[in-house]
Amino acid sequence: MTGSTLSVLLYIFVGPIVGGLISGLDRKITARMQGRYGPPLLQPFYDVFKLLSKESIAVNGIQNFFIFCFLIFVVFTGSLFFMGGDILLVIFALTLASIFMVLGAYCANSPYSSIGAMRELLQMMAYEPMVLLTAIGFYVVTKSFNITEIMGFNVPLVLYLPGIFLGFAYILTMKLRKSPFDLSMSHHAHQEVVKGITTEFSGSTLAMIEIAHWYENLFLMGFIFLFFVWKMPGSWLVGLGACIIMYFIEIVLDNASARVKWQLAFSSAWIVAAALGFTNLLILFLMK
Amino acid sequence: MSFLKKSPWIIHYDGTSCNGCDIEVLACLTPLYDVERFGVVNTGNPKHADILLITGSVNEQNKDVVWQIFNQMANPKVVVAVGICATSGGIFAECYNVMGGVDKIIPVDVYVPGCAARPESIIDGVVKALDILEEKRVALARRRRKARKARPVSLTNLF
Repeated sequence: MTGSTLSVLLYIFVGPIVGGLISGLDRKITARMQGRYGPPLLQPFYDVFKLLSKESIAVNGIQNFFIFCFLIFVVFTGSLFFMGGDILLVIFALTLASIFMVLGAYCANSPYSSIGAMRELLQMMAYEPMVLLTAIGFYVVTKSFNITEIMGFNVPLVLYLPGIFLGFAYILTMKLRKSPFDLSMSHHAHQEVVKGITTEFSGSTLAMIEIAHWYENLFLMGFIFLFFVWKMPGSWLVGLGACIIMYFIEIVLDNASARVKWQLAFSSAWIVAAALGFTNLLILFLMK
Repeated sequence: MSFLKKSPWIIHYDGTSCNGCDIEVLACLTPLYDVERFGVVNTGNPKHADILLITGSVNEQNKDVVWQIFNQMANPKVVVAVGICATSGGIFAECYNVMGGVDKIIPVDVYVPGCAARPESIIDGVVKALDILEEKRVALARRRRKARKARPVSLTNLF
């Protein structure tokens, strides 16, 4: 068995366990920041197993199928990533996965999930340019879109791409669904329009969304990892450290800020992509 | 293995009341009582909730709302009437527009007395509701198993 097959299998089977633990740790740290004791570490697993035992109510039968596709494509995206495949393909597959979720929310035809779906589309428009710039940045420095080759570069990529890294960190908040950019779905009940994009999903369908998020969070951290890893054998430790610090910053931000209006989220994401991402690329071209 | 008891999600509705019980329900979420220790999440969506907490009595205006929320919740579900108004109408029982306790409209599983109900007794009521929730889950699983045996397996049943 080759290394890439092994890492894909690890991702598919161990991924949700790690993702769930990260989510549990997230809730625990959030509670401590608010002066509470917080739920047990395994709480996300209790939640998902509970949801599986609940009745699943569907307004429109096809919505559960769309969410099933969402889960499958998130797993597919992550597998491509951990296989060391093409980073462009990863980004496109991820977009397709999100589109499935939006379709699921739209076809329920409820005003609340429609608002959630619209906001999800807005977020996608907001973060997509920066995600593409990240891939282009990787290509400009390493001359390859292949993740294995990107990881095998001589120096950590963040040295060449500091602007792109900061830009990616900015939109990461949207992808992780954390305040101030948790427009389509928030984990805090009191700033939500019913429950945003997940309003119409219940039971096992909601459980699938949760599991998909565990998978998603894991390979989003993988993107951060790519910025800090280089040819040196022990450098994965640096990458891991960067991921942990990044996630902690996200939790602090989540607790320290309220949700912003969509206009600000949208325009600031594009301004950041232009100011940090594009300028970074321009300087790289000029240096050549 | 029952995970339902470890992760009860709550939806809270305030009927005709002075808001006293309402505030005490929210007090349960504060750092002092922190019900999230037991996996309780306060959700605004009936489709995600397992326990319906109702404070205040039912009147002609909100009886449809209460009925709607209850019907939108996924099985298994329980209802907890918090405070004396939700239990029987309390001091508002004689008002021309008040119908009485919540049980006039939907089946109530646990009654929490008090005016206003203290956070401790609300948490106690929720914990009592968990046992009833578990009973309902077992009954639902049994019903499902029977239905599955009676129905032929096909692709459309999977989703």
